[in-house]
Amino acid sequence: MTRIDVRKTNKLFIGGEFPRSESGHSYVVNDSRGRFVANVALASRKDARDAVAAARKAFPGWSGRTAYNRGQVLYRVAEVMQDRRPQFVEAVRQGEGGTTAAATKVVDAAIDRLVWYAGWADKLTQVVGNANPVAGPFFNLSTPEPTGVVAVVAPTASSLLGLVSVVAPVVVSGNTAVVAASPERPLAAVTFAEVLATSDVPGGVVNVLTGAFDRTVPTLSSHMDVNAIDLAGLAGDPDQAHACEVAAADNLKRVRRAPVQEPDWTADPGTGPMTAFLETKTVWHPIGV
Amino acid sequence: MAKKSNPFEYAPALESRSIVDISPSYGLFVDGEFVDGHGHSFKTISPATEEVLAEVAEADAADVDRAVKAARRAHSRVWGRMPGRERAKYLFRIARILQERGRELAVLESIDNGKPIKETRDVDVPIAAAHFFYYAGWADKLEYSGYGSQSLGVAAQVIPWNFPLLMLAWKIAPALACGNTIVLKPAETTPLTALLFAEICQQAELPPGVVNIITGAGETGRALVSHPDVDKVAFTGSTEVGRAIAQAVAGSQKRVTLELGGKAANIVFEDAALDQAVEGIVNGIFFNQGHVCCAGSRLLVQESVADDVLARLKRRMATLRLGDPLDKNTDIGAINSAEQLAKIRELSDIGEQEGAGRWSPPCELPDHGFWFPPTIFTGVTQAHRIAREEIFGPVLSVLTFRTPAEAVAKANNSPYGLSAGIWTEKGSLILKMASSLRAGVVWANTFNKFDPTSPFGGYKESGYGREGGRHGLEGYLK
Repeated sequence: MTRIDVRKTNKLFIGGEFPRSESGHSYVVNDSRGRFVANVALASRKDARDAVAAARKAFPGWSGRTAYNRGQVLYRVAEVMQDRRPQFVEAVRQGEGGTTAAATKVVDAAIDRLVWYAGWADKLTQVVGNANPVAGPFFNLSTPEPTGVVAVVAPTASSLLGLVSVVAPVVVSGNTAVVAASPERPLAAVTFAEVLATSDVPGGVVNVLTGAFDRTVPTLSSHMDVNAIDLAGLAGDPDQAHACEVAAADNLKRVRRAPVQEPDWTADPGTGPMTAFLETKTVWHPIGV
Repeated sequence: MAKKSNPFEYAPALESRSIVDISPSYGLFVDGEFVDGHGHSFKTISPATEEVLAEVAEADAADVDRAVKAARRAHSRVWGRMPGRERAKYLFRIARILQERGRELAVLESIDNGKPIKETRDVDVPIAAAHFFYYAGWADKLEYSGYGSQSLGVAAQVIPWNFPLLMLAWKIAPALACGNTIVLKPAETTPLTALLFAEICQQAELPPGVVNIITGAGETGRALVSHPDVDKVAFTGSTEVGRAIAQAVAGSQKRVTLELGGKAANIVFEDAALDQAVEGIVNGIFFNQGHVCCAGSRLLVQESVADDVLARLKRRMATLRLGDPLDKNTDIGAINSAEQLAKIRELSDIGEQEGAGRWSPPCELPDHGFWFPPTIFTGVTQAHRIAREEIFGPVLSVLTFRTPAEAVAKANNSPYGLSAGIWTEKGSLILKMASSLRAGVVWANTFNKFDPTSPFGGYKESGYGREGGRHGLEGYLK
């Protein structure tokens, strides 16, 4: 007799824990050929608010860590992903289709990208900060600081490499994130959340919501305790992106706009994805006795 | 004649107005020439005397369109393709002319804005010239900035009335250095130095259309920032208008930088050099009549020295001289407009109604013009409106704290995050406070210092983007 599979119901990732949706709702995810893969939690507005609260709570601790430590934590995420490579390959293949070889390339690129960002943690300040030679007897220094809680609308097509490419730059500099994962292809994000939970990332630094964007994204873009939003996942949806930008203006969130179409995530990201969520603080002190 | 109570009272030391030639009417500066506007003209007055200074044209939507078209043409034909080393020379020329005509600009600014001549002469004009000098040098070195070296195109810039010439320099100098062309709208109550700047552009033989200056009020500003052929919007002003601009540019490809309101905490610890701190408090809130977005409008004093600091502060405030802005001895000039004066009065009255203690030094206000005495409110709590809302006038709210942690919590308890001040002789406390305060500029043992090499801009609802320094180039390059 053939063995019956144990079917998993995936949960949300909020504050370092895996709660079910407050709404009790879930939805079925099929693979690219239409076969059942898993049940996934359908996040509600309340879940989005809970995730923001968790991200806010985690912000002082995470932003207060040394850059050296944040770099190591990110590198640790890459280590654990490397360990779980087969599971990610399966998640990418199921969500995005294609061959195992192609999915393996995507997973490797995602791991490499995390390693790349891990190395930025303790260099960003040197590259984008500077001392200012003001005309007068003052010590004057500009340094970057994280802007706070960042809502990330993750890319919908590239469920792993796209996800890592928008989440890593947000957290490497000390921001905390609330991520709305690809609604059609959530499994890579769910697996990524399981990796985060077991790799030294403090609870609340990254929170992952699965489910339809229209249930969570409007809440995140209008939330008064969210400091910035990345609209990467709204590529090709100018109306929704426009609505989010208008809502974001309420508390003058920093907005990283939706691209016209989903970009090639294998390209060199540059520093832009990190600097979009930084503030420059300039400190003056007189020089004298 | 009334007998003077103080035999050592200063005699008036008036700056001469004769150096400035104010025309009875001004047009718009479009494509290198002064042209008539299609809207109704309006009057700009001296806030100190209510005397009408000039009639100024109001730009309507068609005028805005004409100015944007001129800027677009100048960008694609001349300025956007000119080598940086040539652009630099124009900026250096402008910097020099600003210095050469500095006295004229200072007097005109003081007359139109109401601010003391000593501030226009020693702060606004020199720093405005310094901005052109600083950014001139960037024009041929953009590839070293880290932000690329390609211009965005046409920049729409809207500036406020508190530092009319200085804000113009903050906006125009980096934009031009990066190869952008400009349509700038000065505030409706203070257009005169911007119009004199238009003449300076002519004098520098800047190519037509590179800088266009259109006058008008809110409608003109709205038409400008929402014009479809604008690539970049730069705004300094209220958070309310900034929010409307963020909404207006939503869904477009326009880049935007916003410098908005503030409610800065100026934090005095018990070990501070108290007399220096008091000077800093006075400079923080009474400089420019408190019409400063980064003004230190919330004084947080450690409880153990609160009485001492207040006594010294009151004694110092009693020496402030309020009066004719053109008098070189004047510390506090006129409030910029009747409307602003009404707002300051309203919020101050609310402060009293909510139970805070109001105090001003004995102070005679002139009969004409818009005046408000330097004022402090004691016993203010976090819940008071005067501790939360930007008053934008010479009004200081005094709160107390016991521990550094409490000071941080109170200072950060604001939707704004533009600036902050710290007064203590303990270096480690300065560094701890500086990193804990959510503000774009932190002045330690000093306040209200500005320099073209130093980035300025806010956190949270004080806006986004930076002006000044290398960081100030980012908003104008791709």
